[in-house]
Amino acid sequence: MTARPTSPLTATQLVDEYFIENRNRLLEIAAFLDRIDRADPSVAADDFRMRVFAEAVTALTAAAPERLAHIQMLLSDPDATPLEALDRKGAVGAYDPSLRESRS
Amino acid sequence: MNYIDHHAHMVSRTTDDYAHMALTGCVAVTEPAFWAGWDRSTVEGMEDYFRQLVDFEPKRAAQYGIRHYAWLGMNPKESDNRELSRQVLARLPKLLDGPGVLGVGEIGMNRVTRNEIATYTDQIALAAERRDLVLIHTPHLEDKHKGTRVTIDVLERYPSLPRGRVLVDHAEEHTIEMILDHGFWAGLTLYPQTKVSAQRAVDMIERFGPDRILVAGACDWGPSEPVAVPKFIMEMRRRKHSDALIHEIVFDNPVRFLSQSPKFQRPAGTPEPARVGS
Repeated sequence: MTARPTSPLTATQLVDEYFIENRNRLLEIAAFLDRIDRADPSVAADDFRMRVFAEAVTALTAAAPERLAHIQMLLSDPDATPLEALDRKGAVGAYDPSLRESRS
Repeated sequence: MNYIDHHAHMVSRTTDDYAHMALTGCVAVTEPAFWAGWDRSTVEGMEDYFRQLVDFEPKRAAQYGIRHYAWLGMNPKESDNRELSRQVLARLPKLLDGPGVLGVGEIGMNRVTRNEIATYTDQIALAAERRDLVLIHTPHLEDKHKGTRVTIDVLERYPSLPRGRVLVDHAEEHTIEMILDHGFWAGLTLYPQTKVSAQRAVDMIERFGPDRILVAGACDWGPSEPVAVPKFIMEMRRRKHSDALIHEIVFDNPVRFLSQSPKFQRPAGTPEPARVGS
């Protein structure tokens, strides 16, 4: 078993290397949310994808070291029960809780 | 740096993409059978596609010094069609014996329906009986976690299929541990929008180590990159990881996994890995 190669970069070096591109990602998210609100503010509250998106943004501020895995699970279908029939060909990016009611 | 891309849908790519891959160090690709973006209507159409993978693509790749191998199976996106799946499975054993075919793949689930699970299970049973290598697709986005759980649940029912001969692909942060903890190989596929970025792939290497992890571009007919692996190499160097570690991940690891098939040949002029992987 090879030893786990933790990052050779220090935390400060990681900030130096990656701050600008992540600053840009942050602004892209803010712009996305503003864009939706300009078009129709009610969508942020009504669309299941945008509701979980808001939860995920809140999760970013947590101190826990597992932010990414937590957000992955927020977006995931928590129910491993198979679908009785194929409903659509592709995934949409976030779990729709209303599907749980239709399965039960 | 020489690398092997274990997951590339080259039928969807131009010859220029082969040239770019060769220019960036690619010496071998393995191409799993997959969905063409639309459903095929006959088993004959599916077999024609398999012939393209086995007969035509190796010749196209060879023009650029790249060795091409294939995986054959009923892909997840069409596997809900049980009748077509049964017809494909009936023809698979003979096709799997063909030259350059490393094993069964990519199989697995898409939306995790009962039909998809049945087709996947049939193919795992076939691979276990033949002792073939297996390349498994895990579902995308919100379906990935549950799909990976079901994928492993089915594999647990086939102890005759050695875990080290199974690659569970498209792993992400919330699935990689369960794949590795069960003894399988985990594949990280680098996509510009979905799946894993090069930066997150390096994060996972830093968290879980390089053992039993493969990295690929999984380029296909959608937004994807045939030179994703060299971009991963650049990202590893950006983090100041050694070339020895990078080579272990992008070359030695795929050689270790793929060499379990007697049809896979180590690319000419490359040395044996310095150590034996788990």
